[in-house]
Amino acid sequence: MATSVRASADGSPPPARPVPAPAPAPPGTPGTPAGHSWRSRLYRLDLKATPYAYIAPFFVCFAAFGLFPLIYTGWLSFHQVELGGTAQWRGFDNYTRLWDSEFFWNALRNTFSLGVISTVPQLLMALGLAHLLNYKLRARGFFRVAVLAPYATSIAAASLVFVQLFNPDYGMVNQLLGHFGVHHIQWEADKWPSQIAISTIVTWRWTGYNALIYLAAMQAVPGDLYEAAALDGASRWRQFLSVTIPSIRPTILFTIIVSTIGATQLFGEPMLFGGGLGVSGGSAHQYQTLSLYMYEKGWQNGALGQASAVAWVMLLILLLVGAVQLIITRVNRRKLGG
Amino acid sequence: MAHAVAERAAHRSGPTPAPPKRRRFSARAGRQDHAGPVTYVVLVVAALVSLFPLYWTVVAASSTDTQIVQPPTELLPGSHLIDNLKIAWDQVHMGQALINSTIVAGFVSLSTVLFATLAGFAFAKLRFRGRNGLLTLVVATMTIPPQLSVIPLYQIITDLGWVGRLQSVILPSLVAAFGVFFMRQFLAEALPIELIEAARVDGAHSLRIVWHVVFPIARPAMAVLGMLVFVQSWNDFFWPFIALNQQNPTVQVALAGLGSGDHTIDHAVVLTGALIATVPLLLVFALLGKHIVGGITAGAVKS
Repeated sequence: MATSVRASADGSPPPARPVPAPAPAPPGTPGTPAGHSWRSRLYRLDLKATPYAYIAPFFVCFAAFGLFPLIYTGWLSFHQVELGGTAQWRGFDNYTRLWDSEFFWNALRNTFSLGVISTVPQLLMALGLAHLLNYKLRARGFFRVAVLAPYATSIAAASLVFVQLFNPDYGMVNQLLGHFGVHHIQWEADKWPSQIAISTIVTWRWTGYNALIYLAAMQAVPGDLYEAAALDGASRWRQFLSVTIPSIRPTILFTIIVSTIGATQLFGEPMLFGGGLGVSGGSAHQYQTLSLYMYEKGWQNGALGQASAVAWVMLLILLLVGAVQLIITRVNRRKLGG
Repeated sequence: MAHAVAERAAHRSGPTPAPPKRRRFSARAGRQDHAGPVTYVVLVVAALVSLFPLYWTVVAASSTDTQIVQPPTELLPGSHLIDNLKIAWDQVHMGQALINSTIVAGFVSLSTVLFATLAGFAFAKLRFRGRNGLLTLVVATMTIPPQLSVIPLYQIITDLGWVGRLQSVILPSLVAAFGVFFMRQFLAEALPIELIEAARVDGAHSLRIVWHVVFPIARPAMAVLGMLVFVQSWNDFFWPFIALNQQNPTVQVALAGLGSGDHTIDHAVVLTGALIATVPLLLVFALLGKHIVGGITAGAVKS
């Protein structure tokens, strides 16, 4: 720790550097006239420039590894380019090709449907779970850590485990369903079963995490709101709907945004769920997401320009989703304010 | 941080100095209720669903391939764990992968904690032009998916000859927006501005203030952030999968190699790999789970 701090001190611009004197006098302290002005100037520089020095690492890192590549991807999306080769201007070719490509629309639809069935039940269950965890409980700590354990499991590990659980021939899910008279669901080969299975992986990994976020927000709701509601004769369910949910609305919105972003970039789960066929999203592309499609275009077909176009379509979708959510927030706020 | 949450909770669940008639009603308030049996049943089921796949990973990692593919599935651990470990170790570079993952996650979490604390401190307590706009920008960058940058990044690391080398994974994640925001939220509340002013009056320059005032106060949040980032970095898949290869993988990349390589797939070995990838983090969770829970919840309350 100490060494890394020192390293950053060396890397920051001069004003932020430690002043050689062990205890520099604050401005206004009498000293030699020359030393005084030198120090006070240094002090003011320190005050002015230091904040920028502290936030600089983030913005430098973002500019280099976030913003620049983002723009460059946009530029690439108008070119035909292969790895190591030179780029050739193609205008909107990559985009029109996407528009005409059945596989692109398929990937877009899959991303959307996978997003919905992996996010909606997940957040609803997390809300319910948080509500229950908010009761006075024995073994409270255990339950909290237990529901969070899947979060500690990586995408790769979780996916490989669930591939086994969902195996149509010997997987435990079909064995279990067999007891209820449901047999031989093709969890990989059929479209909806495969999407449900992949959504299960996502849901399993994130429900507990979101539940804890909701729980924290619920605990910040003032108790007298509940008392007032109880005095008005509101049932528990009514209290949950009319007190809890409105009070934690910002948190709910936050989790919706985060999960939407996560769902848009779904990659590891479907890829590893499909084994050898993962990149194409199954033999009939039945669970190929936009991310997988992009990877297939860029790294299997070597068409980086087209892959870039897919990436930018993803960005546009996210911007669209963001705009919709912004509008919803505004409308909500106006409703609450009025 | 966790402390503050606990305190608030304790305060709330404390006895209410209300007249008896009112208490009858207030006892109905959701948050003050003791959990009923149904709640426990549901929570136990949730805990089982959360933990069972992990338990079954242990079972599968200690069985043979034949045992796994033969229903009904075995529910108790077998005796083949050591054999499977050896095979997994031979099939992919698992030892190297563990070392690589530790280096990457360790480096990334240290640097994120350091830079995020500095930036979080600046955003929370220092005054400068453009502060609010820049903070909004930080939060906005969280929404940009990594897919948007992988293609140029891959070209860059190809040009630099970094494909398959660890710096290609470490450098892009040196500091994350999430960390900056997390530390800002914590320091905005936890760090009294008087302390900084007092230190200034004493003539301390900014770095000295960071070292002697900010870091000591931020320490619990830094620890939590460090753990969260370590978990994230350890589990990161998309970019390492592209930038590294099976010769020099992280654990997650090696795991993908086990699951879809050229060799015949032995399911027990694959799940042994999953176990190897998961156990270090589960150990961390078992030891520090309470703090991680506190960190996640504390970060959310203030957002």
